[in-house]
Amino acid sequence: MKRARNVAIVVLAAVFAISLLANFFAPAPYAMQFRDFISSPASRRFWLGTDELGRDRWSRLLYGTRISLLLAPAAALLSTTMAVLIGGVAGYLGGWWDRVVLRVIDIFLSIPWLFLFLIVRALLPLNTSPLTSVIVTFTVMGLLGWASPARIIRAGAQSLRGSDLVLHARACGCPGTRLLLVHIVPNLKPVVFAQFWISIPTFILGEASLGLIGLGVAEPLPSWGNLLRELANPRAVMSNPWILAPLVVLVVVVSCFQLLLPQKEFAS
Amino acid sequence: MWIGRIGRHLAVFVLTTVIAGLLGATLMRFGPGFEADEQQLDPRLDAQSIQALRDSHSQERNLLSFYGHFLGRLASGDLGFSRSLARPVRELLSERAKVTLQLMGAGLAGGWILGLALALPAAIFRARLFDVASTAISSLFLCVPTAVLALLLFSTNGPVRFAIALLIFPKVFRYARNLLADAYTQPHVLAARARGLSGARIFFCHVMPSAAPQLLALAGVSLGVAFGATIPIEVLCDFPGIGQLAWKAALARDLPVLVSLTIVVAALTQLTNSASDLAIAACRRGRQ
Amino acid sequence: MRRMLIAFTIATTSLLAQWGGELRFCLHSDPKTFNPLMVEDEASETIRYLTGGVLIRVNRQSQELEPELATSWKISRRGQSITFQLRQGVVFSDGTPFSADDVAYTMHALMDPSLHSTTGDAFRSASGTVETQVLAADRVAIVFPAPVAGLERLFDQVPILSARSPKKEAAVLGPFVLAKYSPGMEVLLERNSYYWKTDASGRRLPYLDAIRLDIQQNRDIELMRFSRGELHLINNIDAESFSRLAQQAPSQAYDAGPSLESEMMWFNQNPNAPLPEYEKAWFRSKNFRRAVSSAINRADLCRVIYFGHAQPAAGPISPANRFWFRAQLKPHAYDPKEALAGLRQDGFHLKDGTLRDREGHPVEFSLITNSGNKARERMGAMVQQDLAAIGIKMNLVTLDFRSLIERISQNFRYEACLLGLTNYDLDPNSQMNVWLSSASNHQWYPNQPKPATTWEAEVDRLMEAQASTVVREKRKEYFDRVQEIASDEAPFIYLVNKNSLSAVSPKLQNVSPAMIRPQTYWNADSLVLGPAQLARNAR
Repeated sequence: MKRARNVAIVVLAAVFAISLLANFFAPAPYAMQFRDFISSPASRRFWLGTDELGRDRWSRLLYGTRISLLLAPAAALLSTTMAVLIGGVAGYLGGWWDRVVLRVIDIFLSIPWLFLFLIVRALLPLNTSPLTSVIVTFTVMGLLGWASPARIIRAGAQSLRGSDLVLHARACGCPGTRLLLVHIVPNLKPVVFAQFWISIPTFILGEASLGLIGLGVAEPLPSWGNLLRELANPRAVMSNPWILAPLVVLVVVVSCFQLLLPQKEFAS
Repeated sequence: MWIGRIGRHLAVFVLTTVIAGLLGATLMRFGPGFEADEQQLDPRLDAQSIQALRDSHSQERNLLSFYGHFLGRLASGDLGFSRSLARPVRELLSERAKVTLQLMGAGLAGGWILGLALALPAAIFRARLFDVASTAISSLFLCVPTAVLALLLFSTNGPVRFAIALLIFPKVFRYARNLLADAYTQPHVLAARARGLSGARIFFCHVMPSAAPQLLALAGVSLGVAFGATIPIEVLCDFPGIGQLAWKAALARDLPVLVSLTIVVAALTQLTNSASDLAIAACRRGRQ
Repeated sequence: MRRMLIAFTIATTSLLAQWGGELRFCLHSDPKTFNPLMVEDEASETIRYLTGGVLIRVNRQSQELEPELATSWKISRRGQSITFQLRQGVVFSDGTPFSADDVAYTMHALMDPSLHSTTGDAFRSASGTVETQVLAADRVAIVFPAPVAGLERLFDQVPILSARSPKKEAAVLGPFVLAKYSPGMEVLLERNSYYWKTDASGRRLPYLDAIRLDIQQNRDIELMRFSRGELHLINNIDAESFSRLAQQAPSQAYDAGPSLESEMMWFNQNPNAPLPEYEKAWFRSKNFRRAVSSAINRADLCRVIYFGHAQPAAGPISPANRFWFRAQLKPHAYDPKEALAGLRQDGFHLKDGTLRDREGHPVEFSLITNSGNKARERMGAMVQQDLAAIGIKMNLVTLDFRSLIERISQNFRYEACLLGLTNYDLDPNSQMNVWLSSASNHQWYPNQPKPATTWEAEVDRLMEAQASTVVREKRKEYFDRVQEIASDEAPFIYLVNKNSLSAVSPKLQNVSPAMIRPQTYWNADSLVLGPAQLARNAR
């Protein structure tokens, strides 16, 4: 198992490094249309062929990977931070507070937030650059993703509150803030870390799904989501299997994240 | 006492559901494009008709009165009328629920059968090779976005329902394998084994009773997961179900449909959330 | 005995085809209404076309008028009134006889101001009531408050309802009757055994027993089912699928030439729009619009996006519209150099690869289009690259349709928009609401209190003039001038005219796909399903 995790770390680091250096590795700008080479198969010039507008698929994959790989962890960080603040405090305070937060979480989880992406898309100023709009998309995903980790973190905080350790500290007259910062938060670390790690692939897959229904990253900026849109054309996939490349990279990266997951967290 | 508690829970459930439902539709009401209509671009319409088109939204403009009316009618079982699809919402819901239930039912059944079929041998025989292989397969499917799976199945003319099965099965597999493995190492099971009881007898009389509550809870969770996947699948693969209806209604800013749908979704989500709470609680009890 | 004889002659003289059978194709959404007067969506229009009987039909192939329920008609009082001589012995699908009362009843229902029907509004040239006079059982006159240009053609859209039938709208005069509708699944139309038309040998049409319309939103599934032989035709297939089909089964793919559909873009010239003044000045400049137009490589758009099944567009009327098309107009030629030269006249200049206006503002704008339309999104991306070549930075923004409409027609928060235009009617009078500066569909600056420019005032005058003239040739002169001004001033930058593409199974005979809707089944009453080889020979 340990060997597998090492491999995962190496693979992730490699993918990350290559995509960060996309400007260096990509043979063409991602939006450049080679209009005389529409949907061409893989060749020495275009390693993965070109898409319907004659854009080099390999370059697009590099830039797309960079966007997904950089922004998904950022969104995960955002959502986990919110989850800790909301869930952790609710679990720690307990009582009335806890019940209210739990209801809010329930309501939050029940609203079909997919609609929000539709609206955010339409509300953004039109001159927002594609990059800003991607960042906004991921931020919104991060802002919406807090509720389910918050439930779990809340449960963790709650059980800590009743634990001997905290009872003991309290009995010794430890003040509330100190109790929270010194005793509870550090002990929540494994749960929080697990939640953070779990949500990275969730956001990656989430962006991909959004991209597939046309709510993801705006053209011409590539991302895994809009690269995967090419899969909607079955015959093209059969005649040109290179279209599957983004899917392969996605699966590899997400698998690596899965391998690095703390093992105990199988339940969620 | 008993009845009081159940009543209170029920009240909270209903209230949360309604609030979530109304909030979800409010999102669309204040989003852009609420009073716009595709038909406005039809050059054949004269000015009065275009004005009439705009005015047709006036009933929904004031959300409070709209919700008031809606809840009033809801009490008598009337869900309103869909403007964009020109049909009563109740008809739309019942007819599309069938499609979605079939999609989910087939997917869930497939996912559970596949998941348990892999988990059982893994837990019972503990063959390392089998364990690694089945874990690898399930992890692989955990990494492919469901929408992509559905699209691939769809475009190769395969059974799209299986996309949900492939989404569910890795989760069922992982959870069930650990659960069963735990159950098999419990003292009374070990004792039964030592006494030479048959495999089937051990499984049905000793393992299942201890694992069943948690598996049931997992069933609730998987219901939620499957439901969450229906919007992209139905939109991409053209299934005339609830998910597609939600999407169309959102695009058409069809408030009566949206409110009814979000209420249904909210109720379902709460049920599955309670299931997952039970699962966690059961899990904890199991470990203690 | 006589019937047997007829049957025998048909069998020997005609194509040896099997009568009857069930034609099968797809609708792309549920029909919103079965009331033929309220039709606005494509699915309902299909049902209306197949079930409704009209007084006059526009032949989709020749684009000329043909008598149907009216054997003849006469327009008088400079287009203000029309008198129909009706066909005798015609009955509705439920056996109720057809007479002048039905025409009067239909017109009365259609012109009800509270109906807000697209079909009815087309007749409304001025306020006032429409009067119908039943002159005899087979003669009826309709008098409008003001002359209506191209009046007789509008009756192609008006199916006659029965005034007496207890079945109301369900009693029809067309070749088929609605038999069953399962929402979300299918619409079944059955042969109207009372249909009045007969073929040359006297056999009552239609040949088909039924038409089954599957409701199928997804065009890929539609194509897949067509390839498997489950469907007999696809009426309006996209260029990508078409080119695929043309490779696999060339004999089933029909390109009927340019259709009435075109794609275009325009700049927001509304002075009240919340945009910086200097930007509004760009968009109001003819040189700027013309420069953008000539910087776009239309040939590439046709080749890359439509696989050659489209033509560069020149103006508001597509070549599919035989009479009204102005052949002398040519699409703006692709010439980035000339584009830059034109821009320089207005004080624009290139600096470090960025185009700047006289005051030094970099030229940058966003183009909005509706999301979910793949061809349009790609077109936007191509325009983006073309404009980058002359130093213009263009952002492409895809919005869902409602949000887009709100921007272009309510709050005017947009700079440029890319959309398609479907002409429903061949007559330019149907574009009145587009060209009149006071109209709401005058997209670049709608609802003008008074014409903002001299050329718009001129267009207003010409449009009014064509609307109040009866002689078609004279009207064409006026509208030709409108087309020239539109091309010269480029308020709409016309990009491409899409071809009318369809797929037809070899089993279906007597098909002759037309450029205008409904391309393949416009002669549904004489379509025949037969064995496959016969069809190939016939073609």
